[in-house]
Amino acid sequence: MAALLSIYPFYYMIVIGTRSLDAINDVPPPFTPAGSFGDNFGRVLDNDAANFVTGLINSIIVSAVVTVSVVLTGSLAGFAFAKLRFRGRNILLLSIIVTMMIPTQMGIIPLWGMMQSFGWYDSLLAVTVPFLVSAFGVFMMRQYASQAISDELIEAGRVDGASTFRIYWNIVLPALRPAAAVLGLLTFMETWNSFLWPYAILSPENPTLQVSLSFLSYAYYTDYSQVFAATAVGTLPLVLVFIVFGRQIIGGIMEGAVKS
Amino acid sequence: MSLSATTAPPSSAPPPPNAEQRRRRGHLLNRLDLKYSPYLYIAPFFLIFGIFGLYPMVRTAWMSLHDWDMIGDNTFIGFDNYTRLISDGYFWNALVNTFGIFALSTIPQLLLALFLANLLNRTLLRAKTFFRMAIFIPNVVSVAAVAIVFGMLYQRDFGLFNWLLSFFGVEAIDWNGEKWSSWTALATMVNWRWTGYNTLILLAGMQAIPKDLYEAAAIDGAGQWRQFWQITLPMLKPTFIFVVILSTIGGMQLFTEPLLFANGNIIGGDQRQFQTLAMYMYEMGIVNLNTAGYGAAVAWAIFMIIVLVSLINFVLVRRTAK
Repeated sequence: MAALLSIYPFYYMIVIGTRSLDAINDVPPPFTPAGSFGDNFGRVLDNDAANFVTGLINSIIVSAVVTVSVVLTGSLAGFAFAKLRFRGRNILLLSIIVTMMIPTQMGIIPLWGMMQSFGWYDSLLAVTVPFLVSAFGVFMMRQYASQAISDELIEAGRVDGASTFRIYWNIVLPALRPAAAVLGLLTFMETWNSFLWPYAILSPENPTLQVSLSFLSYAYYTDYSQVFAATAVGTLPLVLVFIVFGRQIIGGIMEGAVKS
Repeated sequence: MSLSATTAPPSSAPPPPNAEQRRRRGHLLNRLDLKYSPYLYIAPFFLIFGIFGLYPMVRTAWMSLHDWDMIGDNTFIGFDNYTRLISDGYFWNALVNTFGIFALSTIPQLLLALFLANLLNRTLLRAKTFFRMAIFIPNVVSVAAVAIVFGMLYQRDFGLFNWLLSFFGVEAIDWNGEKWSSWTALATMVNWRWTGYNTLILLAGMQAIPKDLYEAAAIDGAGQWRQFWQITLPMLKPTFIFVVILSTIGGMQLFTEPLLFANGNIIGGDQRQFQTLAMYMYEMGIVNLNTAGYGAAVAWAIFMIIVLVSLINFVLVRRTAK
C-alpha cells in the first residue's frame, strides 16, 4: 500500500504526459497512459519561454562536472584523512564534520552578490564551482577508506617506492570504487534536482532543467500535458538510474546513517 | 611528484656512479611527499568550501548588521535589523506558516516512517529490496517535479483530490486560498517525498540492534508490541534524533514547494498564507536588492531557529525515550 502510494503521483505524471490536452478536463481523471507523448513533447520543444533543450544540456554538463569533481576531491581528502599522518588531522576532520551541519542556504544572499562581482551571473560557473567539493563526500570516503584499505597495502606500495599520489591513483582509488559509485550517484541526483540556487542565479534564457520546468509550469499552467511530458523527461533518467543501481544507493544511505 | 623513483627495476648489478646521488634526492622528495602531500589532497575541499560555503555564511552575519544595499551604499546600524524583525508582521507570519507546515509534515511523517521501518524490519516480509526501492523512489524525483505534479493534483476545478472528496460530498476546496488548506497541501508534498527516506534511515538503525536482545525478550514472554516499546524505541534513540534534526533543518528551509505552489510568486499566495521563512529571506535579500542587509538578518534568524528547534527536539526525544 505504501509502496503503491509512493509510486502513484509519479505514475500520474506519466499518464497525463502521454494524454492529449483535453484529457485534463475529464471527470473522472484518466488512469492509463495513452499515445500523445510525442505531441506533448513536441510542444515542449517549441515552447520558447522554457528553453527546455538548453536546460537539459546545462543540467547534464553541470551534474557531470560536479559529480566527477566531488568524487575525486572527496576520495583524495578521504584517503588523506583515513590513511596519512599529518599535523592537525583530527581538528581538520572535525571541522569538516561540523560544516556538514550548517545549512549552506544561509549564505545565499552574499553568495549572490559575490557571483555578480565575479561576473558569473547567468553563467554555468555559478552553479558549478561552489559545488565542486562536498563535506559529506569527504566524510563518506574517509569512513570507507579507513575500513576497506589495509595499512599493509599502502606500506607495500611505499616499499616499492611509489609516491603518495601514485599510491592513491593505483591502489586507493580502485579500492574505493564501490563507495565512489554511491557517492557519484547521490551527487548526480542532488545536482540534477537542485532548484533554489540555479533559480536565483540563472536567467530564464539559460536555465537548468528544473528551473526550465518551473517556468513551463508558471506560463502554461493550463497545458498540463505539456508540463507533465517535460517533467517526465526530466525525471525518468534518474528513476532509470535508480532502478539499475538502487540496491547500492540504498545500501550506501543506510550504511552512512548508522555510522553517523 | 617523484614518479621516476618508482620505475627503478630491481637489479643485482653494481649501481652506476651517480646512483647514490640520485637515491639521496629521491629520499628528500620522498620525505617532502610524506610530510606535505596530505595537505595538498585536502586543500581543494578547504579552498572551495572556504570561499563559497564558509565565507558567505560569515558575511551574512556581517551584512545583517548593516543597512546593506546590493547596488549602492552600506551603513553600519548594529542590531537594528534584528529589532526590526521582532515588530515585522510578515516575518511572524512566515514563521507561523513554516512551523505549521513543519508540524503537519514532520509528525505524521516520522510516525509513518517508524511504522513502515518496523514492518520492513520483520524478517518474514518477502521482496525486501523491492519495497525499499519503491519506498525511496519519491526521493529520487526532483522537488520541482513533485511540486508541479502535486500542484496539479490539488487544483480546484479539475484536481484529483477534489474529485475524490466530491464522493464524500465535500465541496471543491481552493487549496491555495486558505492557510490550513495550503499548509495541508504543502505538507503532503513534503511527506510524500521524505517518508521513504526516513523509513530507510530508521530501518538501518533498527538493523543495528543486536538480535539476541529480542530473543531474550521473547523467552521472557514479551510480545511484538512490548519488544517494540522496550527494545526497539530506546535503542533507536540516536538514529531517531538524527532523523528529527535532519527533518528540522529541511523543514525550516522549505522553499521550492511553496514557491511553485504559488506559481512562482515569492510572497506565497495573495495573502501570504503560505509564505515560508526561506521565501521571506529570498524576497528581502535577493528579490529586493536594497534590503539585502535585512534579508541577511532573516537568514541568521532562520539559522538560530534551526539550532533552537533542534536542541528542543534533542532534549524531548532523549527524555521521552528514557
